[in-house]
Amino acid sequence: MSNAFSNVRTIVKRELKSYFTSPIAYVFIVIFLFLTGFLTFMLGGFFELGQASLERPFFSWHPWLYLFLVPAIGMRLWSEERRLGTLELLFTMPITPWQAIVGKFVASWLFLALTLILTFPIVITVNYLGNPDNGIILTAYIGSFLMGGAYLALSCITSAMTRNQVVSFIISVVLCFMLILAGLPAVSTFILDVLGAGGWLADLVGNFSVLTHFSGFEKGVLDSRSIIFFLSIIIFSLFTTGVILRSHRAG
Amino acid sequence: MIKVENLKKTFGPKVAVNGISFTVERGEVLGFLGPNGAGKSTSMRMITGFIPPTAGKVTVGGFDIAENPIAAKRLVGYLPENAPAYTDMTVYGFLDFVAELRGMRGDQRKKAIHRVVEMCFLESVLYQSVDTLSKGYRHRTCFAQSIIHDPDVLILDEPTDGLDPNQKHEVRTLIRRMGEKKAIIFSTHILEEVEAVCSRAMIIDRGQVVANGTPAELKQKSDIAGAVTLTVGGVTSAELSQKLAQISVAKRTAILKEGSSRVLARVFPRPDTVSGELARQVAEVAQREKWRLEELHTEEGRLDEVFRSITLPETVKEERK
Repeated sequence: MSNAFSNVRTIVKRELKSYFTSPIAYVFIVIFLFLTGFLTFMLGGFFELGQASLERPFFSWHPWLYLFLVPAIGMRLWSEERRLGTLELLFTMPITPWQAIVGKFVASWLFLALTLILTFPIVITVNYLGNPDNGIILTAYIGSFLMGGAYLALSCITSAMTRNQVVSFIISVVLCFMLILAGLPAVSTFILDVLGAGGWLADLVGNFSVLTHFSGFEKGVLDSRSIIFFLSIIIFSLFTTGVILRSHRAG
Repeated sequence: MIKVENLKKTFGPKVAVNGISFTVERGEVLGFLGPNGAGKSTSMRMITGFIPPTAGKVTVGGFDIAENPIAAKRLVGYLPENAPAYTDMTVYGFLDFVAELRGMRGDQRKKAIHRVVEMCFLESVLYQSVDTLSKGYRHRTCFAQSIIHDPDVLILDEPTDGLDPNQKHEVRTLIRRMGEKKAIIFSTHILEEVEAVCSRAMIIDRGQVVANGTPAELKQKSDIAGAVTLTVGGVTSAELSQKLAQISVAKRTAILKEGSSRVLARVFPRPDTVSGELARQVAEVAQREKWRLEELHTEEGRLDEVFRSITLPETVKEERK
């Protein structure tokens, strides 16, 4: 067991290092911080709202921001290994495919966490200007982190499917967009009015949306169902990644 | 050390490897020969556990690669085709990563890296990023990776591909030296390499083993093996053919080249002729006829000819005739 842990740690270490030896990490962090700032202060109207809260001006953008930025981190995870041929090295090492899959995922998730932590100036700003409920902000951060993990895990699947990073990026954006779409009012209205289906179907579809589950976190609610929702997307996606990688090798 | 039983692999309708069986013991260097697409790389990928076989069984050091992959993979060092490596890492970082995955810690890891860096002449590029390396250095970096844990079993897919003649020589020497203590399988297109390095060679064609033996044994299968080639002066080709045809163990004589003053000819023996007998008799005739004999030697046979005659498709062979 300790062996499994140290193998995962070795892979996490390598992956994280490789983020920072290439420009990807820096470009990503800068763009992420720039966009969050822009969305919060310009489009989100942080000052105009006059509220000591980050829910609307800051966190409500996250599902949309992640839509494009998270697949950009995830797209290279496996497609790069396949393109370089290092997959063959990795899978002939004395480690299980699981350790490699989990290691690579955790590394990219940690990188996302780091980026999220670097948005701290906004927390300082809102605390300086007023008296926000910092508990709510913390749960919203946790929710955002879990949601990012779910997006990342989906990107893992698409990057395992192809050796072309662009294809991987586009497919994962589409997949993640569907997770957002399911929770939009327009979709539930469509189900209720046009399809004439019962409210149960609208609820069911809505429950598959990251928006539905993220909104609880934004309001400061740590709902175990939402946590399970995000974690199950992650576990399911990593499992699927494993199946896809195995089927490639089985030919 | 390596035991392969009836290994099969199909990709959809295509049969890549069709029932290969062999064993390699410690102290043996087995050369895999075969045309492109013969199934060499696929076989190696199955032996190293990268792809699962459709049927058959591979055991390495007593561990079944399908049932006990971790234990088996620990014993194996593998250099895949085209020598892949993480391009965003330095040579040192890459070797360090592999050594760590191989379970080496602290001082032991540093020593192991130092040892392979010296063996593969990587000192000058140690802190250079892999994507800035020339092909030869990159190849050696990946080769270093495969021997970093001093494995009992080495699987090398075209280890000398893309190296210059000096580097090729170094790598061959290295393989031969390591082959004294390890079980090694390596594939190559270069036939001299097999003679220089292998204790045994296997020719694979269309997924099957078509020849298996020591390089000398394989050469025996060549058409010209045992034939006597001679250069003589002071005789016409017609007279030469006529006299040589009288030798009891000679089957036929071919005139290879006819100059103004000398003739180059080759005499083929009848089957089951004792080796050396034909050469002795040809020399006797030359002495008796007072020919000016400039050169005379018995052909050992050539691997490339054996290779061609075995692996050329039947249709092509007929066209050549």
